[in-house]
Amino acid sequence: MENKNSKIDSRRKFLKNISSGGILAVAGLGLYSASSCKEKSEEKTTLLTTDGKLVQVSNSEIIKMEGMEHHPATPKEAREGIPGQKFVMVVDLAKCKNAKKCVESCDKHHNLTPDRPYIKVLEMKDNEKSAPYWMPKKCFHCDNPPCVKVCPVGATFKRTDGLVLIDNERCIGCRFCMAACPYSARVFNWGAPPNVDENLAYSPETSLPNKIGTVSKCDFCPDMLRKGKLPHCVPACPNGVIYFGNELDDTVTNGEETVRLSTLLKEKAGYRFMEELGTKPRVYYLPPVDRLFPFESDTKENVKS
Amino acid sequence: MRKIDIKQQKFETPREKDLLRHLISTSLKYKLWIGLLIAINLVGMYAYYRQVRFGLIVTAMRDYTSWGIYISNFVFFVAISLVGSLFSSILKLNNNVWAKPLIRVSEIIAVSAIICAAVIIIIDMGRPDRFFYVITHFRIQSPIIWDVIIISTYLVISFLLLFISILPDIAVCRDRLTEIPNWKKRFYRITAINWSNHPKQAERLNKVSKIMGIAVLPVAFAIHTVTSWLFATTWRPGWNSTNLGPYFVSGAFMAGAAAIIFAMYIIRKELKLHAYITEDHFDKMGRLLVLLSLIYLYFNINEYLGPAFKMVGIEGDQLSELFTGQYAIMYWFVQIGGLILPLILLMFKVMRKPFPIFLISLSVVLGAWFKRYLIVIPSLQHTYVPIQQVDESYLHYIPTWEEWAITISSFASLLLLITILIKLFPVIPIKSEEHDSETIVEPNIK
Repeated sequence: MENKNSKIDSRRKFLKNISSGGILAVAGLGLYSASSCKEKSEEKTTLLTTDGKLVQVSNSEIIKMEGMEHHPATPKEAREGIPGQKFVMVVDLAKCKNAKKCVESCDKHHNLTPDRPYIKVLEMKDNEKSAPYWMPKKCFHCDNPPCVKVCPVGATFKRTDGLVLIDNERCIGCRFCMAACPYSARVFNWGAPPNVDENLAYSPETSLPNKIGTVSKCDFCPDMLRKGKLPHCVPACPNGVIYFGNELDDTVTNGEETVRLSTLLKEKAGYRFMEELGTKPRVYYLPPVDRLFPFESDTKENVKS
Repeated sequence: MRKIDIKQQKFETPREKDLLRHLISTSLKYKLWIGLLIAINLVGMYAYYRQVRFGLIVTAMRDYTSWGIYISNFVFFVAISLVGSLFSSILKLNNNVWAKPLIRVSEIIAVSAIICAAVIIIIDMGRPDRFFYVITHFRIQSPIIWDVIIISTYLVISFLLLFISILPDIAVCRDRLTEIPNWKKRFYRITAINWSNHPKQAERLNKVSKIMGIAVLPVAFAIHTVTSWLFATTWRPGWNSTNLGPYFVSGAFMAGAAAIIFAMYIIRKELKLHAYITEDHFDKMGRLLVLLSLIYLYFNINEYLGPAFKMVGIEGDQLSELFTGQYAIMYWFVQIGGLILPLILLMFKVMRKPFPIFLISLSVVLGAWFKRYLIVIPSLQHTYVPIQQVDESYLHYIPTWEEWAITISSFASLLLLITILIKLFPVIPIKSEEHDSETIVEPNIK
């Protein structure tokens, strides 16, 4: 997901990153564009060839590879992580203006109603004197997940690629994981979920179809990840707030620019929410300094979004 | 009130007659009582049917208050069930002879309460159809699995304790009761498992009952400690505490003792057992309750003082919500009506008379129930991440009629179980003198 069709300067940054890191080129092998928002035929996509050269190909010439189509992973398959991956997310709080496009796209793809989204854009204020800021919050996919520890039946599990998923066909609905999660990341299907597509084969990787009486949460869209694409919220963000990538490659992309994870965290003083709990989240935040947008309190219009 | 037709029934001693007569005759009051309990249960069943059909959406629980009165009720029942061990283990092993007539009542309450606790926890599940996954897919590191294991262990042990103590009396029922329906005769014949009062049998039974009395003690402590760990293993304010285990256990003993006093009063009055459950018993139970209240008071202070002194963060928010916020009335009722006042009042002898202590213990039991409400619900409403952008219904928790109906019917089931057990078996041991090595003191009849 590191190669991108794009605006000139983000490509420049991208190329700079390429030249500074050999690992990136290796990581790019065989992966094709993560583009999901701009699919016009006149646009071009930058691809990495097997010998490490960058080439530009018109989007119309890109053909879907045979065998790249994945059926949604069965509950058993979904317990195996994607090999060679360790997913990580970085959220740049300086860029978030509470547009809520991430929430919308997440709700749409996970068949959620606006009253109980997986993603919440929270209005935060660290102390009386400091300025308020917006904090998009999903599941942190902790490396030391309290929710997985307490599950009595192994319905929620940690994968080798870092994801914490839920098998809704295993979940008994005891809601202990909801009590255990200090970040209130989990939601429950209290009633019959609306608009359920009964023909859909259930997969913990899509969290669809939603199942009554079970717990659910942000899953980092592993069905997209298997296809080499980004989770729905990442390209949906108009301001490039959310970076997503592979920790093993040390790269993250927000769909427009691809950067080295370590550099990003180092230069922008990345942190994890409530580090002191020791849950080791896989989601990092960049502090809301030098903001792109002034903070505007939540108005009724954008609450409804 | 009760007309006893025991003309055909022959008893050997007046003690037998007093303790067995309620097994033979059934009063209208009893039938009405059973009818009422069944009617409440039917309403509860309808509420549960709705819950199964529409999901937990019929409750007021939502994503933040994800546990409600089902869980607090569960904790309450577990607490009440602890009292079985207080009598059949602690008091018995310490040779508290006066407590012997109360052992069986306590064991009946223990068995009934633990059954209700197990049922209520299944009712709380979002997918009760997958209950057996806790056996087929269990993961031992989950405190829920510890709870499942310890509750089933305690259920078996308290059932055995009850059965062991009742066995010689079942034989009495089998041998003496002639004027009962055939199904009842067969029932006593089967459940008496060939008990013949042979000295060898009695000796063995005595041994077993001693072993069980010792075995139940760690299990009883574990059952409520493990239940407290369901909370203490999380980061929630008010739960994230090392004090929670002893706090729960001490509170449970106090609530259980109050429940016994409550039951004693009713049983004594309805079964006319004034000669067997004497004022002296109430007096002694009152003293015991004072002792248990003092222990609970200690852990109660220990639970609140540290965080209340600091009064910071979400712990502080949660505490001020309890002390002066929306839960203040309930909180101070629990602390004053459920602990401080009973403690002070019971220090006076006049308050340990049957009727005053009956009212006091009612207040203790009610306080204990609401205490568990306060343990479960406010903690869930104080989160590290601010609660924003959710439906209005997610911000408050006011139990729906379905939740109340199910909760009240769980109480009705508890009372129904207790009533039926008391109706089937003598509530005060008839035969205890014969199989007990220690001499039993005859009740002082006033």
